[in-house]
Order: sequence, then C-alpha cells, then structure tokens
Amino acid sequence: MSAPDDRATAGGNAPRFAAGATVRVKDDWPERRGPCHIRTPHYIRGRTGTVVRTLGAFANPEDLAFARPAAKRPLYHVLFAQEPLWHEGKPGDTVMVEVFEHWLEEA
Amino acid sequence: MAAPPRPESIALLDRLMAALEAKGIVTEAEVAARQASTDKASPETGARMVAKAWTDPAYRALLLSDGKAAAEQMGVSMAGAPPLGVLENTPGRHHLVVCTLCSCYPRAVLGYPPNWYKSFAYRSRAVREPRQVLAEWGLNLPDSVEVRVVDSTADYRWMVLPMRPAGTEGWDEARLAGLVTRDAMVGVAVPVAG
Repeated sequence: MSAPDDRATAGGNAPRFAAGATVRVKDDWPERRGPCHIRTPHYIRGRTGTVVRTLGAFANPEDLAFARPAAKRPLYHVLFAQEPLWHEGKPGDTVMVEVFEHWLEEA
Repeated sequence: MAAPPRPESIALLDRLMAALEAKGIVTEAEVAARQASTDKASPETGARMVAKAWTDPAYRALLLSDGKAAAEQMGVSMAGAPPLGVLENTPGRHHLVVCTLCSCYPRAVLGYPPNWYKSFAYRSRAVREPRQVLAEWGLNLPDSVEVRVVDSTADYRWMVLPMRPAGTEGWDEARLAGLVTRDAMVGVAVPVAG
C-alpha cells in the first residue's frame, strides 16, 4: 500500500524483498529461549511463501512489547499455499500473513 | 445497606491510570475521548464505504490503496488508528479475515468485534479449514473460487470489500449500504439482494 512505503525508505528501511519474491520463514523458536512476544505464527515457521506486497516499516513488536527501543522493520504480506501448511484443504486455497523482514530469508 | 465492595480490578485500574497520568503518557480525558470514538464506531461505517466503492470508481480506487484515507473521507476520525487495508473479493477470490494470535479487528470502521471472532474455535479453525467454517455458516463457495485467509498478525487491520450482488442495478448508496453486513466485511458471508 502506497503511503507507508514512503516511511519505509525515509527511515532507511528499504525493503529487501520485492513483490513476487520467494521467501522462507525462519524455522526459529524464540519461545524456547525465554520470555518473548512474537507476531510470526507457528504454522508458517520454516515454510516457503511468496511476497505479495510490502506494507511499510513498523516498530519491531518484539522490542515494543518489553518497552525496549524498537527499530522500524519492513513488513510484508506473504502468501502461502493452504494445503502444504496443513496437509489438508483444497489446492489453490491460500493464507496471507503479515511477516516482518527479520523473519524472512531467501528461498 | 452497605455499598458492595469495590473489586480489586477497579482499584488496580485506578492506580494504573494515576501512574499513566503522572508520567504524562495519557490523560483521563484522552482515554474518555478514545472510548467515545470506539463506542461510536459500527459496521454501518464500513457498509457506507463499501456502498460508495460500488458506485464510485474513484472512491473504490482510494479504498483499495489507502483504507485510512478512504475512511477519513467518510468523516471517520482515524487519528492514532492503525493502517486500514481493504481486500477486494472477485469472482475468482474470496477473502476471509482472522487474527490467529489475538483479536486484531478494524474497529474504526466495524466497531467492536463479535465474540465469535475472538473465540479460540474461530481463530484456530478459520486458518486451517476455512471452507468448513464458511459452510457451517451457510456459505458454500464453488471450487473455482480461491479462498484466501488473511491472518491479521501485525500492524494493519483488514476489511473485505465484498462483491456487489446481482439484482442491485440502479440502487442508490443508502439502499446498497443496507445489504452490507459486518460478516460480509469480515468475509464469513456475502451480501445478497432482497
């Protein structure tokens, strides 16, 4: 969406991935290391999806939740095929999730 | 008769409010103003936006590119509100909004979320078996339609722009808005004429 993208570049947070890029969500489980606040749902960790759009840059909720200084991080809409996530469902159905850039890697 | 004892939770709230005021983070008046604007918000706002988008191509384009600006154009105060994203249903794609992590909901344009939206059952099932959930509500989508579940996990709030139903040719905005339900803007229903 257009307006927040300007904020992303203004803050030096130019997005690393473009629409159409294939990305993998990190298979990381900070919950095992101690108290945390993570906005990346469990069911997409380690899974591969496609960037639909950049959504701008937003303060990192993982720091915000603990009142720590929170740098702005690029946020993406990432699309996943429904059936591989759950091993059920109709091929062609999808799930679209907001994911922060530090949770994504090239796939 | 003696007054009932004051619940400890209220006393805790009083102490929290006093601390927030003392630190200059928020005032009692600001909290009251936000509460009033949240109380005032209702799905009628979203319905007016949808009806306008169905009849005004320029407004439709604005709604899809910048939901917050589109809401403000309808007189909604979006100050301090999260960005509003609007996703368009088409003959080949149906959007269904859920927040699996908590209960993120576009309150500024839809009001308070219904209890089912916050329920563990909806939050866990909508993302995993959306077609079954929709079917239980009487919405059976053909196989040719992609069901796209939108998990509202971060800073945006998401609203669905449903398709204008057949049989509404020539209807004015007010009449069209009457067809647009809260459920249609979450994606668990579709508007039907008459």
